[in-house]
Amino acid sequence: MNIVYLDNNATTRIAPEVFEEMKPFLTANYGNPSSMYKFGAVAGAAVKEARGRICSLINCKESELVFTSCGTESDNYAIRGVLDAYPDKKHIITTRVEHPAVLNTVTRMGKRGYKVTLLGVDREGRLNPDELRDALTDDTALVSIMYANNETGVIFPIEKAGEMVKARGIPFHVDAVQAIGKLPIDMEKLPVDLMSFSGHKLHAPKGIGALYIRRGTRIQPFMLGGHQERNRRGGTENVPYIAGLGKACDLARETIAHEQQTVRRLRDKLESGILSTIPGSIRNGHKDDRLPNTSNISFEYIEGEAILLLMDELGICASSGSACTSGALEPSHVLRAMGVPFTLSHGSVRFSLSRYTTEEEIDFVLKELPPIIQRLRNISPYWQESMAGVKKTG
Amino acid sequence: MWDYTDKVIDHFLNPRNVGEIEEADGVGEVGSIACGDALRLSFKLDDHGKIAEVKFKTFGCGSAIASSSVLTEMVKGLTLEEAQQITNQQIAEALGGLPQEKMHCSVMGREALEAAINNYRGIDVRHKEEIEGPLVCSCFGVHENLIRKVIRENNLSTVEQVTNYSKAGGGCASCHPRIEEILAEESKQRVARTAKAVPPDAKKRPLTNIQKINMIQDIIDKEIRPPLQKDGGDLELVDIVGDRVLVQLKGACIGCIASNLTIKSHVEAKLKEFVSDAITVEEVHE
Repeated sequence: MNIVYLDNNATTRIAPEVFEEMKPFLTANYGNPSSMYKFGAVAGAAVKEARGRICSLINCKESELVFTSCGTESDNYAIRGVLDAYPDKKHIITTRVEHPAVLNTVTRMGKRGYKVTLLGVDREGRLNPDELRDALTDDTALVSIMYANNETGVIFPIEKAGEMVKARGIPFHVDAVQAIGKLPIDMEKLPVDLMSFSGHKLHAPKGIGALYIRRGTRIQPFMLGGHQERNRRGGTENVPYIAGLGKACDLARETIAHEQQTVRRLRDKLESGILSTIPGSIRNGHKDDRLPNTSNISFEYIEGEAILLLMDELGICASSGSACTSGALEPSHVLRAMGVPFTLSHGSVRFSLSRYTTEEEIDFVLKELPPIIQRLRNISPYWQESMAGVKKTG
Repeated sequence: MWDYTDKVIDHFLNPRNVGEIEEADGVGEVGSIACGDALRLSFKLDDHGKIAEVKFKTFGCGSAIASSSVLTEMVKGLTLEEAQQITNQQIAEALGGLPQEKMHCSVMGREALEAAINNYRGIDVRHKEEIEGPLVCSCFGVHENLIRKVIRENNLSTVEQVTNYSKAGGGCASCHPRIEEILAEESKQRVARTAKAVPPDAKKRPLTNIQKINMIQDIIDKEIRPPLQKDGGDLELVDIVGDRVLVQLKGACIGCIASNLTIKSHVEAKLKEFVSDAITVEEVHE
C-alpha cells in the first residue's frame, strides 16, 4: 500500500540529499570536533559549514546560533535561560495556543511564583497585538509567541508584536518550529531576540534543533557541560545531524518559493475540494494568514480518531485535534482557545503537505475522503437528525 | 497510535447491528457530542422476553464504535435480567482488551444498555437524580453512582483510573478532591466486605495465623499494589513472622528514594488500618 503522507507538521521525511550529507559522519568521519588532531577537525569543519548554511537561511551571525537536541529543548532553553538571567522580573507573557514545549514550561514557572499572562486568539486563530501591548508591564521578564501554529497553520504578526515588546526593552522569544523552511525569515529585520527551530519539520532528522540568540541577549545556559557552543550548550556536537540540518536549510533556501506556490496550490485544491464536496465540513483558521502547507478541517457529527483510522486503512496519514487521539479527554487546546464548538472540535482533521506531496495524492484523498465521512455519519446518532432538521427548515 | 487488538479493529471496520430499531421496546442514550462520544442503543424483545434484535448508533472514536458493536453481539438472545449482568470488563474482554485510557468506552456501552432497559421498564427519567446520585464531574456530566460503580467493578484506586473508566475528572480537575473522597469511602467499604468474609466470631478472638495471612495478602493485592503498579513499581509479600510483615519491593520501587516512605506511610499504614495496629512492615532485599 502506498503511503499518502499528509502529516508534515508532525514530522517530515528526510530529504535524500540530507541523508547523503549525514552519511560520512555516521560512518568514517566519526571524530570529535573538540579533538586536537585533523581527524577531529573534519567533524569540526562540518559543524562550521552547517552553521553557516543555517545562518544564511535566516540571515544571522554564526555566533548567534546554538545547536540543541530538538525544538522542545530550544524552547526550554530560551524560556528558562532568560528567566534565570532576569531574577528580579516575575511576569511571563505567552499565548493559549502555543506548543506544549512552551505552555508546559511556562506553566511550571507559574507554579514557581511567576505570574503568567496567556493571550487569547479570535475565532479564526489570530492574535490581537493590542492585547499584547496592554499585557506588557515593567515586571515582564519574557514574551514568548509562536510564529505559526502547528495545528491550524495560522501565522502571528511577529514583526508587529516584536516592535511592541522591544519598545519596552523586554526579551522576545519566538517558537518558529513550524515556520522555518515555509516562510522567509530574516533575523536582521525581525525584532526578535530568540528563535527556536527543529530539524525534523524541514526534512532533516529528528533529534536536532537550534536556538537563535541575538547578540547581547542576556541568557543563562540550560544544558551545563563542556565548552561546546561557546559554553552555552554543553554536550558533544551531534555532528551527523548538525550536518543534516545544515543541508536541509540549504535546500529550504531554494524550496521556499516552491512552498509558497506549488504546495499552496495543492493545499488549496485539497481544502476547497473537501469543503465543496463534503457537507458539514468547516475550515479552522484564517484563510489567508496561514502557512501554505496546512489545512485544518472539522467534520460535523463524527469523531476525528475514527476518521484517522479509516484513512489509515488506505494509507492516508493525517492528524486530529480530537480528544481521543491523544489520550486526553478534551479536544485540542488550540481549537478550544479559538472558540471552536465541541461539536466541531472533536471531528477536526489536520492535513499538512510538504514539497514531496503530489497532485495524484491530493486527488486520491479527494476521491476517498467523502465515503469515509459518510460511512461514519451513517453510524453517528446525530447525523440523520441534523439532516432532518435541514429538511424541515429548508 | 493506540495499541488496539485485532478484534477492536474488526468491530470498528465492520460494525455489527448499526442502525435504529423502529418501534423498539427499549431505547437508551448516553453521552453527548460535547463529551466526545455518545451511544444510542435500541432493542426489541421476542415472545419469551429475550432480546431478539438490537441496534446501535455511535458518535465516537474507534474503540467506542467497537465497544458498541461487540455489545450488541453479546446481548442478543439474552433476557433483560441476563443482559443487565454484563459488566464493562466483559465488554472490554470480548474485544480482547482496551487501552486503559479507553476503558470509558466499555463503560459507555454498559450504561447505554442499562438506560435502554430502564426505558423499557418505564423508569421515569425525572427520577434520574435518584438513580444516578449527585453530579460530581460537571465537565463530562458524570454522577456519583457511576463513579462508585466503576470503582467497585474494576477495583480502582486512583483518580486517574476513575478518569480512564468514567471520564470523571478529565476536564477542569476541580472534582478531583471529591473523587478522592469517594475512592477513600469505597476503599473502606471494600475492606469491610473483606472483613465480613472472616467468620464473625473471629473479631472477638485474635485472628488465627491462616486468617491473618489471608487478610494481609488480600489487603496487599487489593489496596497496596495497584497504586504502586501505576507508577511502574510493585511489591511482594515474602513472609509473616508474628506481627512482622516482610515485603520485597519490585520494579520502579527498587532504589526509589521514597521507598522507605512508601513502606511506612503506605504499606504499613494500610495494614495497621485494616488488619491490626501491632503490624510492622520491613523491607527485605534479595
